[in-house]
Amino acid sequence: MTPSALAPLATGQPNPVATRNAYGDALVELGGERDDIFVLDADLSGSTKTKAFGQAYPDRFLNLGVAEANMIGTAAGLAAQGKTVFASSFAMFAAGKAWEQIRQSVCVPELSVKVCATHAGLTVGEDGKSHQMLEDITLMRVLPKMRVLVPADAVEARLAIRAAAATPGPFYVRLSRAATPVVLSEDYEFVLGRGALLREGKDLAIIACGVEVAQALAAATRLAADGIEARVINMASIDPIDAEMILDAAAECGAILTAEEHQIRGGLGDAVAQVLARNLPCPLEMVGLDDSFGQSGTAEELLAFYGLDATGIAARARDLLQRKA
Amino acid sequence: MALSSERRSELQGIATQVRRDILTMVHAAGCGHPGGPLGMADFMTVLFCEHLRLDPTCLHAPDRDRFILSNGHTCAGYYSLLAIKGIIPREELVRFRKFGSPLQGHPHRNPDLGIDFSTGSLGNGVSVATGMAIAARANGWDSQIYCTSSDGESEEGQIWEAATSAAHYGVGNLTVLVDFNDVQIDGHMHDVMNVRDLAQKYEAFGWHAVRIDGHDLDAVDDALHEAKAERYRPSAIICRTVIGKGVSFMEDQPGWHGVAPNDEQYAQAMAELGETAAS
Ligand SMILES: Cc1ncc(C[n+]2csc(CCOP(=O)(O)OP(=O)(O)O)c2C)c(N)n1
Repeated sequence: MTPSALAPLATGQPNPVATRNAYGDALVELGGERDDIFVLDADLSGSTKTKAFGQAYPDRFLNLGVAEANMIGTAAGLAAQGKTVFASSFAMFAAGKAWEQIRQSVCVPELSVKVCATHAGLTVGEDGKSHQMLEDITLMRVLPKMRVLVPADAVEARLAIRAAAATPGPFYVRLSRAATPVVLSEDYEFVLGRGALLREGKDLAIIACGVEVAQALAAATRLAADGIEARVINMASIDPIDAEMILDAAAECGAILTAEEHQIRGGLGDAVAQVLARNLPCPLEMVGLDDSFGQSGTAEELLAFYGLDATGIAARARDLLQRKA
Repeated sequence: MALSSERRSELQGIATQVRRDILTMVHAAGCGHPGGPLGMADFMTVLFCEHLRLDPTCLHAPDRDRFILSNGHTCAGYYSLLAIKGIIPREELVRFRKFGSPLQGHPHRNPDLGIDFSTGSLGNGVSVATGMAIAARANGWDSQIYCTSSDGESEEGQIWEAATSAAHYGVGNLTVLVDFNDVQIDGHMHDVMNVRDLAQKYEAFGWHAVRIDGHDLDAVDDALHEAKAERYRPSAIICRTVIGKGVSFMEDQPGWHGVAPNDEQYAQAMAELGETAAS
């Protein structure tokens, strides 16, 4: 790997922004560029940030009320007539309550419905386990034809939404409630199916997505203080995944740690494990939830409690290095 | 507007052809659902041959009418009508449910065959039809969106989510025809789960709703004209039908929901429908 392959990181200390805010802004931007874009919501437009689109383009915004299954079906009908449709709710309800409609009415007929689900993961915080969707990557990734994106920050969220709009077919974009650090610079380029190398290192590679990318970078800084050089990869494109970047990391670092705000069963860790097991097995550990739901608390408290913060990631990295031959 | 007596008897002939096709297809497949589509054959014939704008000349026109068979298991009759309209090659009908055939066991969207949507999981179609109707209206298209549903499907909650939103968005270009045969898989509806008066329910949700005899071609034709004239409310036509209609031993028998006739039953059924079965 040459240093030029590193993705550009944000400089200075930009204010934290939630990816859902970037989503709302991206929709308004797209709405002005294309008149085939429709946006649907299920009584959460203030929280999912689709409201601004609704105000700018009321003729192309539909609020379906608290009825997620019907929202997805309606989105499919619009898409079958040629529209590009963004449909939003909290991840729990979009991916959870309407999974069957996403499968039958969106993925089977391969329609351009972009399910953009906010409030994913532990960082929902105080609402607790009923609202902390930790299984959606699994549920969406398993669906044929579905592409799954988990942007690391607001910069990438905007680009991921634009990629979803520009690419025909079903998409699931996982977004967060909490304001999180902006890690990527404005000239970062998102490419569907490509990971982004954020930090070079040869001792191990940390492959992260979503809010865990900032935590992984912070963990790498701490590890470096102890002389451990961790490569950090942002894997926003979970499906299609960047197998080449994963295999390069396995070959060059010899140990891989995944980090996600999600169950380790079926999520990013599983996707990486599948690439490794089939091609180049190497010591692998996964940071995430393991057979556990979340609970109420602040985002920071929860990431720390479940070992998903920089401290937890660094500790798991040290454990993993013990296994490296 | 009323059907001429000549046209009425033509339509009766087509409905009989649909019934023969259903039996031939399900018999050839050795499995499938004969009962429901036999009961739907009359109102489906009027819809497809008198109202639905779908034929080989407009097949790929984006602004043509759309049709969704939300009770997807009843697709044998739907495929037969697409063949009668010259869209599906007739010889494909006997490959229904066979490996490699586009005539899947439940409909799969196929723009070249006029199959407008994938269905099979009950409860989903009316939402999709509502989305299609909203899109058609937004595009300024003068098209109608038709969707069939059934009494059994009306047990699904999503139907009523869709009923709420279709009325809220005032999609006057949407018509749902409900096959009300009082039968679902496990028995008669009034024993398994009584959905009661669906016309009253749809009306309470803000729809234009009528109850008709689903075997009365004139009543179906009138109801479809009325539905098309509705500009601001979606329409529900509750079609009272008899499952297995036209085949004496299948009529009102829940057991014929999803079983293929054996050779002997097939021969008898075809004889009742005025034709000797080819062996
Ligand atoms: C969501 C869903 N649940 C269950 C089924 C299995 N199923 C297929 S048909 C049917 C009965 C439906 O009743 P109705 O449409 O009234 O049947 P018919 O009149 O055609 O006999 C059931 C339960 C299904 N296809 N989809």
